Amino acid sequence: MSNRRTFIQQSAAAASALAFPLVGGAQPKAVKVGILHPVTGALAYSGAQCRAGALMAVEDINKSGIKALGGAKFEVVLGDAQSNPQAGAAEIEKMNEAGCAAVVGAYASSICLATTQAAAKHNLPHVVDVGVADQIVERGLKNTFRFGPGYRTCAQVAVNNLHVLNTLAGKPAKTVMIVHEESLFGTGTAGLLARELPGFGFEVKEVIKHANPTRDFNNIVLRMKAVNADIVIPANYYNEYVLLLRTMQQQQVRPKAIYSVLGGAASSYKFVKEFPEAADGIIDCNHWFNPKDKRSAALRKRTEAQDIFYSYEVFNTYTAVRLLADAVERAKSADRAAIIAALETSTFSDHFLPYGRTKFVNGQNQGAQPLMTQVVKNDIRVIVPSDYREVDPVFPLRS
Amino acid sequence: MHERLSQRSRDASGRSVALKDVATIVVFAVAVALLTAWLDSGVWLTFVMMTLYATLLAQAWNLLGGFGGQFSFGHALFFGTGAYVQAIAQMQGGFNPWLALVVAVAVAAGVGAVVGALTFRYGLKGSYFALVTLAFAEVFRILALSVGFTGGGVGLMLPLAESAGNMQFGSRKGYIALMLGLVVAALAVTAWLRRSRFGAQLQAVRDNEDAARAIGVDPWRTKLGAITLSGGFMGAAGAFYLQVFQYIDPAIAFGPQVSVEALVGAIVGGMGTLWGPLLGALVLHTLADLTRNLFGALPGINLVIYGAVLILIVMFLPRGIAGMLDRWKRS
Amino acid sequence: MFGFDILFPSLLNGLTTGAVYALIALGLTLIYGVLHIINFAHGAALMVALYAVYLLKVNWGVDPYLALPIVVPGMFALGYVLQRAVINRASHGKDENILLVTLGLSIVLENLALIVFKSDTRTIETAYTLATVQIGPAFIAVPKLVAFAGALLCAGVLMAIVARTDLGRAIRAVAREKHGARLMGIDVDHVYAMSFGIGLACLGAAACFLLPTYYVNPQVGSGFVLVAFTIVVLGGMGSFAGALVGGLLIGVVESLGGLVLGESLGQIGIFGIFILVLLFRPQGLFGARA
Repeated sequence: MSNRRTFIQQSAAAASALAFPLVGGAQPKAVKVGILHPVTGALAYSGAQCRAGALMAVEDINKSGIKALGGAKFEVVLGDAQSNPQAGAAEIEKMNEAGCAAVVGAYASSICLATTQAAAKHNLPHVVDVGVADQIVERGLKNTFRFGPGYRTCAQVAVNNLHVLNTLAGKPAKTVMIVHEESLFGTGTAGLLARELPGFGFEVKEVIKHANPTRDFNNIVLRMKAVNADIVIPANYYNEYVLLLRTMQQQQVRPKAIYSVLGGAASSYKFVKEFPEAADGIIDCNHWFNPKDKRSAALRKRTEAQDIFYSYEVFNTYTAVRLLADAVERAKSADRAAIIAALETSTFSDHFLPYGRTKFVNGQNQGAQPLMTQVVKNDIRVIVPSDYREVDPVFPLRS
Repeated sequence: MHERLSQRSRDASGRSVALKDVATIVVFAVAVALLTAWLDSGVWLTFVMMTLYATLLAQAWNLLGGFGGQFSFGHALFFGTGAYVQAIAQMQGGFNPWLALVVAVAVAAGVGAVVGALTFRYGLKGSYFALVTLAFAEVFRILALSVGFTGGGVGLMLPLAESAGNMQFGSRKGYIALMLGLVVAALAVTAWLRRSRFGAQLQAVRDNEDAARAIGVDPWRTKLGAITLSGGFMGAAGAFYLQVFQYIDPAIAFGPQVSVEALVGAIVGGMGTLWGPLLGALVLHTLADLTRNLFGALPGINLVIYGAVLILIVMFLPRGIAGMLDRWKRS
Repeated sequence: MFGFDILFPSLLNGLTTGAVYALIALGLTLIYGVLHIINFAHGAALMVALYAVYLLKVNWGVDPYLALPIVVPGMFALGYVLQRAVINRASHGKDENILLVTLGLSIVLENLALIVFKSDTRTIETAYTLATVQIGPAFIAVPKLVAFAGALLCAGVLMAIVARTDLGRAIRAVAREKHGARLMGIDVDHVYAMSFGIGLACLGAAACFLLPTYYVNPQVGSGFVLVAFTIVVLGGMGSFAGALVGGLLIGVVESLGGLVLGESLGQIGIFGIFILVLLFRPQGLFGARA
């Protein structure tokens, strides 16, 4: 008697669960998201930082899941781009086949070129988290969305602000020397700077290109001494930046300003902590967060609790994943075409980056901008633009 | 003397062996074509494509290293040349990519000829030759970084324009067909090397250059021929890379990654054999993909395993995979 | 174009940088000279040594120069074991296999380091990291001067070992004629392992002198490998004097070349020399004609 009743009760419960999958204990189908970064090879550090940011974002999203899909969670499919484009493209195929609804990655511009293209063949939405080369969003790929700024924007902002700072200080600086790394990001950035600066009255006395890796910067610092430019503009990766600054410190070369554009270490807490003297006063035009938004401080604490530094890779990729979640929410589906359409019309503003409301045109977020920071009292503070300013800039460092 | 060498390749048993080679190559080509047509998965198609690509790299290296006995550490020199010529011919010369491919192969072969003429003229062999090829690759890399028409550090990006006539295929299958053609061509040349007089001369030079010279073989010309062929195929691989990934920069073009991939595939597979490069490429590529998929979560573990397996393969298969298969067949 | 006050410091910079290159090349030239193998794992071994110096400083406060008596023997032991247990056994004496084994080793070492230490770039702070000495118009970093002296010392010690000790005699015999040496009762495998060990011990010394002004991460070794090979060829494979002089020369060429052609293009000077030496004087500056 009781067996039969229990059986009917159980079958009824089961039947209702099947009929109403979003009600009751059944879990909604997870949305697979590919997280692709170079976590081995030459770019391993940055790739690992990006991945950490992505995983924290997924953690936050999964606290309540995608509401429009009944609380569906993001299921992460990790990929290693192995610091080269072929491996990145191969991982995209894997993610495509694993049924990923979208991909976030791949940090480095040259890898992003390959991954966005491979993803385009499957109409797989690809959010670019860092990759600053402008070519990434200029190929007409409908699936590619870059949330952050490209190097053209960064160079323009940097030059404009340098002009402003210089003018406000009474134009103490007239000559510039650019030191850049030899590959895509450094050469591209330096080229843009060298073209724009003369228009604002600056004389570019010298542009020095160096290898990755460079073992010794004494020669470059010697040239710096000889050229004696008022401002030194470095555009390179972390290791070389550290060596360059240390060598400058050793040789007692102190220009009127060290003004980085996408400087590898200039707005890096790791650099400031390990080399406080060399870092003091350096200005950077780089990816940064809105310092007035408390959520950034909270994320920073979480990051540092994992014993890693809070770097631009972390908060850029974190926000890129949140952008994606917002799009999935608005698309109300895990269908790729729907997500692409949702990204195209995204107005995502629930973030702590200084981009305002999102608006994509041809895959580039129009509001994306770098911020100008300066290392002041062993901390990194925003100096420009004024809506995000934390301290007044110190320019020049010496007269 | 010469007659004896050529006789060897023309007697009856020689001819049936040559036919056997042709037959196996045809069977291989048909098998791959059928497999490709049947496959639907992007992952597997990419696997086939990249394995064939790695095979071509190893085959090119094998021509000079396995048959010629000249180990090159800088084969990326020819790869990068092919890739850049392919890019520049299209983007700045307005060439059709299929024509550009011919030019790329020719220029890469030409570079091979020049480098070979120079280094062999001065009698470089063994480690010296290996290191000089490395140096040439580096020189080209640095030049590519510094010169304007290569795009310098920014590299060259091929504009997207999908069509078969433009050698940009929507599906991987198109690329596989192209690469299969190149691999078959390389197989044919390798098979020819095994049976021809030139091939015999080359192997004689490899085994004992002085003895070869004594019987009338010109080592310089023989090695020159080998490096030219090798360079040409490597250049084709470079051009292919550009068409698939549509981006090339000095590090990718002339960097050590490609050079290493070429020699590892050839040596592991079995040097101086017809199928060695394919076997080596297949095993290594499978190993790399497997380890990356199984152990991708903790960065680095997959590569530790890859490196360890590589050492083990060399430890237990000193004559490469083809060498091991050969022994099995005989025993 | 460039005044004395630029050329002279550049020259001194080249000499001091070249001294570190020489230290790295010393080990490589011994390994090549005796075992006739091109050690693809040399860069990775340097990285291991650098991490050892780093850990000693950061965990136990051992100054890099005081770490010499720990790191050098440690690297020697590592080299001995690697050659005896792995390289020798795996390669069956064939050149192409040795190549692959050292390549495999370098992949394993680099990625083990990645797993253990993560990819962060690490540096150390010492009292003398930023200290400089003025020589004319040049400010030379103190650690670089110490490295210069260290390179001279190491080269001297190595030359003494090879010229005056029994081991040195055995090494020379094996390098010249392996089979003959074996017939004379020399344990060739042991000599090979000793040579490889000494080669890696040099890297230990190089690491102690390099870390104060450089950094360490899993890929740090790869930046030095090509330069080291160039120096070994330039100096003459198997010659310590060659490695020392070659290193200094390459350092100066790199430095002055960088001044004249720009840092990036200036690297061409190194490889240009490499090719020219290989073509016209393959035995190098100090090597014996084969």
